[in-house]
Parts: sequence; structure tokens; C-alpha cells
Amino acid sequence: MEDALLYSRLQFAFTITYHYLFPQLTMGLALIIVIYKGLYLRTNKIIYNQSARFWTKIFAINFGMAVVTGIPMEFQFGTNWARFSELTGNVIGQTLAMEGMFSFFLESSFLGLFLFGEKLLGQRLHFMTAVLIFIGSWASGYLIVATHSWMQHPVGYEILSNGKFVLTNFTELFGNPWFLPSFFHNQMASLVTTSFVIGGTGAFYLLINKHKEFGYLFLKTAVIAGVISTLSVAFPTGELLAKQVVKHQPVTFAAMEGIFHTQKGAPIALIGQPNMKQHRLDNKIIVPNALSFLTYGSWDAEIKGLNDFPKEDWPTNVPGVYYAYHIMVGLGTIFIAVMVFGVWLLWRKKLVLKRWYLWILLFGVPFPYIANITGWYTAELGRQPYLVYGLLRTTEGVSENVSAGNTLFTLLGFVGLYLILGFIMLILVGKIIHNGPSLTIKTH
Amino acid sequence: MELIWYGIVCFMLVMYIVLDGFDFGAGIIHLFFAKTEEEKKQVMRAIGPYWHANEVWLVAFGGVLFAAFPTLYASTFSGFYLPLIMILWLLILRGLGVEFTHLINHELWIRPWQKAFGISSLLLALFFGIAYGNIIRGVNLGGIDNGVAEFEHYYSFFTPLWDSTFSPFAVRPGVIDWFTITIGIVAVLTLTLHGANWIIMKTNGEFSEKLRRKIVPLWIALVVFIIVSLVAFLKMKSFHPEMFEQHPSIFILPIIALTSLIGMLIASKSSKNWLGFTSSSLFIFSGISSVFANLFPVVLPSTNDIIGDLTIYNTAAEDYGLKIGLIWFVVAFTLIALYFTFLHRIFKGKLTEKHDHH
Ligand code: HDD
Ligand code: HEM
Ligand code: HEM
Repeated sequence: MEDALLYSRLQFAFTITYHYLFPQLTMGLALIIVIYKGLYLRTNKIIYNQSARFWTKIFAINFGMAVVTGIPMEFQFGTNWARFSELTGNVIGQTLAMEGMFSFFLESSFLGLFLFGEKLLGQRLHFMTAVLIFIGSWASGYLIVATHSWMQHPVGYEILSNGKFVLTNFTELFGNPWFLPSFFHNQMASLVTTSFVIGGTGAFYLLINKHKEFGYLFLKTAVIAGVISTLSVAFPTGELLAKQVVKHQPVTFAAMEGIFHTQKGAPIALIGQPNMKQHRLDNKIIVPNALSFLTYGSWDAEIKGLNDFPKEDWPTNVPGVYYAYHIMVGLGTIFIAVMVFGVWLLWRKKLVLKRWYLWILLFGVPFPYIANITGWYTAELGRQPYLVYGLLRTTEGVSENVSAGNTLFTLLGFVGLYLILGFIMLILVGKIIHNGPSLTIKTH
Repeated sequence: MELIWYGIVCFMLVMYIVLDGFDFGAGIIHLFFAKTEEEKKQVMRAIGPYWHANEVWLVAFGGVLFAAFPTLYASTFSGFYLPLIMILWLLILRGLGVEFTHLINHELWIRPWQKAFGISSLLLALFFGIAYGNIIRGVNLGGIDNGVAEFEHYYSFFTPLWDSTFSPFAVRPGVIDWFTITIGIVAVLTLTLHGANWIIMKTNGEFSEKLRRKIVPLWIALVVFIIVSLVAFLKMKSFHPEMFEQHPSIFILPIIALTSLIGMLIASKSSKNWLGFTSSSLFIFSGISSVFANLFPVVLPSTNDIIGDLTIYNTAAEDYGLKIGLIWFVVAFTLIALYFTFLHRIFKGKLTEKHDHH
């Protein structure tokens, strides 16, 4: 049973991490495509429509990958987490079913139309389909984050004598205080990824001296979208989300910040390695009192440390939570610097001239992916040892009837299959970026 | 409430099989009957704009099943662990086969993807048939052996892929036995016919004519396998003749099945293109629902005598959730009906080169 649990966890972690590589780009791109289509409608400048077409191609491939990797997610609740599904299906079954019914149908119906129907529909309706796809993909994020927020901070439920969680209040489920900060934080983070991808592509074109009009447009789009999203990821959304963690999962918060001893005027650790034997941070660089101030708005407020909580409630992997959180926040700070500087260059009309800045954007592309994944690892490792925070432990959620041999087999299968797919997908995206957008219209 | 949701879940399942079924059929035809590049293009063109929207019915079916019958969802998905995960892998290959084939125009790229598409469609049709066979036959709930349960919870089971006897009447029948294989073949043949009917309806020219000529031999094979599976079904513990005695009205379902089966044969000679597709759709609907009606209210029969069958009543969610769910379901469903009408209006009629991917 122990091994089966481990393999199921690894399989879930692997498949969801892989799945989320795609939606984080498509949710942001859906918005950018709407903006380009809208600009085209207003200005009638062909470059906007061609940009929309170019990004639609990238969108379509990522969407395809999101779809095929998303279906295993939906089914794994049943295959690997049968007890969990049985006990909580009354609650999270609702939001997951709603996701299928409200958002996936919307997106999948209109994406076909968007791809195949520009001429059949005319520009106005074509723009409308782009809007519908955008709504669909954000609705999907909305409902999945609602599900997830309930697992972090369960509300609107009751536990029956047989251990089942039943929904008692639908509005509370969506009024969960954890939910909106988490949703907006996540959506803004996905826009960060998109900004960096667009910016990296633009920088690439300018550096190789090809498709320069597009290169410039993409760069401009990227720094504007980038400055908005990187700032709002930190403030207000990141900050509000952190307040939820302090309030409802103080022990997770202590692990995230690496605070072992309860103290007044707690510092923020910029760097440092958690030492689990001595219960302290090694080699740390700190800003004194900053944490108390940021969390409670007072320089000497008390922050509870890990030692004040019973050991069995500690996140199972304290250093994991700590590093994941620090990588996310560290990268977030760097992103803000990069994008603010970009906007400043744009304003001074020097954006294209600073080649070293273009190099930064080009090599920046992988980092928002890392920030997104580590952000989710903070949340997920922080929630351990629970599946439903405080109420249902992960050990109680796994399928009792599936053996370790079978889970290991499927885990290896997923890893093999996904590695091959990832490789193929990179070839395809590389090819599209290499071919580039074009100002001449191909008509079919 | 349980009854309404049972209706909804069955409806979603049938919609999925009818809609994605023709994509699988098209894949099988692509594998076996489409010889030239032009023929292959015609097959892809006929499903290109639809397959994804069709597949969403599966996702939605999974979601609705989870919400309305969590215990059934948990039990079957973990009980059929290996085959289900394999179905997921095949779905991945099928989806990418449709989407990726045309993206790079090179022999070495196109060939493998075309094969991946064809083979995964064939295996999916077979696997779905086998899964359906398992539900008809039932499973060893609780993993009971000599009166001792292997799992703590009554709804738990694990079905190995096969056991050495390959018999549906074994103590611990495997996923694959001769009965479920027969149903699997029935599914493959039905969906091939269904796919052919779709392509005939959506495209013009020689290839449609060629497919039309394949209908009769496929049809005969289908009837043979149906008879074999029916004979076996009559011997199973899950067959309930008394259902038909108590509710004679459900006789209508097998009658529809028979009529639509004959309809398919007539359609292959007729010039009315929609007739064939309508018949095969009706056949799928009535074939599935006659069996479900016969099992009702059981949704997963137990093959041992100690643990009772899973029914809609002992697997459903609580009332509050089901009620709230019904409200949003109606809203969502109205929207979906709107999208689909719109989509099919735009792409109505025959699909030509004009509808190809850029
Ligand atoms: C580009 C990605 C990105 C960036 C730059 C940031 N985040 Fe983040 N963060 C995410 C992407 C993300 C995420 C992956 O989207 C998470 C996981 C769950 C969620 O809703 O969003 C997340 C979760 C998350 C949580 C919840 C952890 C938990 O549930 O235990 C907190 C407190 C923060 N973030 C705080 C911040 C702060 C203060 C940032 C300041 C710069 C920041 N994040 C930047
Ligand atoms: C992209 C976003 C996500 C990432 C990267 C992610 C990552 C992870 C990781 C790493 C684990 C394993 C934790 C452990 O076992 O130590 C996990 C577990 C889990 N997550 Fe997430 N997750 C994400 C989103 C979600 C969402 C949206 C949901 C709910 C709908 C969810 C539900 C679960 C469940 C049910 C488990 C159970 C398995 C377990 O606890 O090991 N995850 N996830
Ligand atoms: C942070 C977590 C997640 C986010 C934000 C997210 C978002 C999305 C989005 C936006 C799509 C649509 C594709 C697109 O627009 O690009 C998608 C696809 C999908 N996701 Fe996720 N997802 C997450 C995690 C999960 C989890 C945990 C599940 C499992 C229940 C899941 C199941 C699916 C499915 C089944 C699809 C395919 C839908 C289709 O056929 O159109 N996702 N996801």
C-alpha cells in the first residue's frame, strides 16, 4: 500500500505538472488573441490580424496538448484516488462537472470555428468567437481553482457519519475567501508566462533580423502585458493569497517562510537553507522585521513558528515548501524588474536598440514556467499531509484496490509517453516560430 | 433525483458514443479502406472540425458521473485501472494523430501519425466494447474468494486483464474473456459502419461509393457477432427476463435496435444519405439502452453472491448536491445545445477543400 501511494502521488504530480505547462500559456494567449483581433477590427491594420493568426497557431498546438493531457487528470481522481473521490465527490464532483459542461464545451465548439471559419464568419463574428474561447478558457481556470481552493480551505460542507463530505451550501463554495485571490493570482501568473513567451519570440525576430515589424509589435505587447501581470501577481493578488495562508494554514506559512521559532518582529529570509535537524535556517540573508510588517502591517507582530505546531501537522516536506515558495517569489521579483525596465525603454523609445535586453527576454522564456510550477508546489506540498486540509489525510484517499506494481507501470508509461510528446511538440512550435508570421495574406 | 441523474448520465454516455463513435469509425476506415492520399484526406476532412467537440462529451460524462454517482465513479475507475489508463493513452495518440498529421508535410512525419490515428481508433473501439461487455457481465465486487473479501470497502474490486480460463463465468473473470471480446468486436463493426455512414453523408465522390459497397459485408459480420453475444448474455446472471415481463414498454428498445439495423442495410442502397447515419446512431442508442434497461436499477452487477450489485441508489450523491446540480446542468445544457446548432449550421452540408486546415 505504501508504495502504491507513493507511485500514485508521483503520477499525479507528474501528469498535472505536465498538463499545466499548456493551459498557463493558452489562458494568457486567448486574451492576447482577443486583443489583437479587437485592434484589427478598430484600426483595420493587417499586422494585427496576422499576429492573431500567428499566435492562434501556437495556441492550437498548446490547446491540443492541454486537452490530451487534461483528460487523464479528470480520470485519475477515480483511478488513483478512489477513496478521496468517493468521500468528496459530493463537493468537488460539482465543480469538476461544471468545468466540463460550462467551459470545455464552449472552448472546443468555438475553437474549431475560429480555426476553420474566418471566411465563413466574417471579421465581427470571428472576433466574437475569439472572445468566447477566452471566456471558456478562463472559466476552466475559474472552476478548477474553485475545486482546488476547497481542498485548501474547505467550506460549505458537512461530514456524514460514514465520513462522506456533502455539499450544504453552494454559494459558500464559490464565496470561499481563498478562492478569488487564488484565481486572480493564477490567471495573472498565466499572463506572465504569455508575456514572456511573446516577448521572447519578438526578441528572437529582432535579434535575427527577420519579421521585424512583428518583432517590435510582440515586444511592445509583451512589456505592457508583462508589467501589468508581474505587478499584479505580487500585489494585490500574491499578498492577499499569503494572508489566506497565514489565516487558515499558519503551519504551512511558517514552512514557506522558514520560520522555526515563534518570534515578534519576524524577518524575511531572502536566502537560506532549512536545517531540519537543528530547526533553523543556515547561511541566511534576512531583512529584519519585514515579515511581520508584510503580514500584519506592524513591525513587531508575532509570527508563529513551526515548533509551536504538533509535528504531525507539519507539511511533510518542509524544505520543499520553503524552496518552492522562495523560487516563486524570487523569480516574481526579478520579473517585475525586467518588465518595469522594458516599459521604461519603450517609453524612451529605446526598446529595440538595447540588444542585451532582447537577450534577457529571449532567455527569460522558461522562468515563468518555473515560477508557476513552483507556486503550485508550494500550495500542494504545503497542503500535505492532507488532501482536504485538516480533514482528510492523503493516506486515506488513495485507491485501496490498485497495487503498487500497476501504479508503477502506469507511472512509467505516462513518463515515457509524455517525454516523447514533449519532444514532438517542441519541434512543432520551433517550426512555427521559425516560419514566422507574414504580412502577405494567404487565402485558401 | 437519482433517476433523473441516471437518465442524464446515460444520455451523456450515449451522446459520446454516437458522436465520438463516428470518429473512431473514420479512424478504422482510414486504417483499412482509405488507400490513396486523397481518400485519406477525405476521411480527415469529414471529422476535422468535430472530433474535439465530440470528445468533450467524454470529459463531461466523467465529470457528471463523478458529481452524481461518486461511488460508482470511484469504484469502476479504480477497478478497471489498467484498461482505463490504456484508454487514456490511446485517446492521447488519437487526438494528436488528428491534430498533428498535417502540420509537417513530410513522409516520415505523416506516415507514423496516420498509423497512430488509425490503430488507436481501432483499439479504442475495441476497448470501449470490452468495457461495455464487462459492465454487462459484472465484476467480482469486493474481490471475494472462498467467502473472504479482499478489500475493506464493498464497492472495491480490481479486475486483472485476463485470467487463464478466458471465461466470463470464472470466479474472478478478467477484463478480457471471450464474451467481452465478442462485444468488443460488435463495437468495432458497429462503429466502422457508423463512421462509414458519416463519411458518406459528409463527402462526395468515388470514396463514398466505395464505402457504400463495404456496408453489406460489414453488416453481415455484425449480425453474426450480435447473435453470438446475445446467446451468451441470455445465460448470464445479469440477464433479467422478468424486467421485460414487468415493464413490457421497454420492449420498444430492442425493437428500435432491430429496425435501425435493417435501416442501415436499406440505406446502403438508397440515395438518402442521412438515412444510414440516422440508423446507425439509433442502433447505438437502442443497443446500449436495451441492456441498461434490462439491468436497471443495477449499474454494475456483482458476480459473487456475497456482495450485492451496485445500483443507482447505493452509489448516488446526496440530495442537496443533486438538486443544485440539476439547476446548473439545465443552464449549461441549453448553452451547449445553442453552440451545437450554431456549429452545425455553419458547417452544414458536404465538406470540401474549402474547409481544410490552414
Ligand atoms: C509566474 C508565476 C508566479 C509568480 C511570479 C508568483 N506566483 Fe505565487 N503562485 C503562482 C504563480 C506565481 C501559482 C502557480 O499560480 C500559484 C499556485 C496556486 C495558485 O493559486 O497560484 C501561486 C501560489 C501562491 C501562494 C499560495 C501558496 C499556498 O497556497 O500555500 C502565495 C502565498 C503566493 N503565490 C504568493 C506570491 C507572491 C507574494 C509573489 C510575489 C512576487 C508570487 N506569488 C509570485
Ligand atoms: C498546475 C497545477 C498543479 C500542480 C503543479 C500540482 C501539483 C501537485 C503535486 C506536486 C502533488 C503531489 C503532492 C504530494 O504528494 O506531495 C499534487 C497532489 C494533488 N493535487 Fe495538485 N497540482 C496542481 C493543481 C491541482 C488542482 C487544480 C487540483 C484539484 C482540482 C489538484 C488536486 C490534487 C490532488 C487530488 C492531489 C492528490 C495527490 C497527493 O496529495 O499526492 N491539483 N498536486
Ligand atoms: C492549475 C490547474 C489547472 C488549470 C488552470 C487548468 C486549466 C485548463 C485549461 C484552461 C484547459 C483548456 C485548454 C486551454 O484552454 O488551453 C484545460 C484543459 C483540461 N484540463 Fe486543466 N487545468 C488545471 C488542472 C487540471 C486538473 C487538476 C484537471 C483534472 C480534473 C484538469 C482537467 C482538464 C481537462 C479534462 C482538460 C481538457 C478539456 C477539453 O477536452 O477541452 N485540469 N485545463
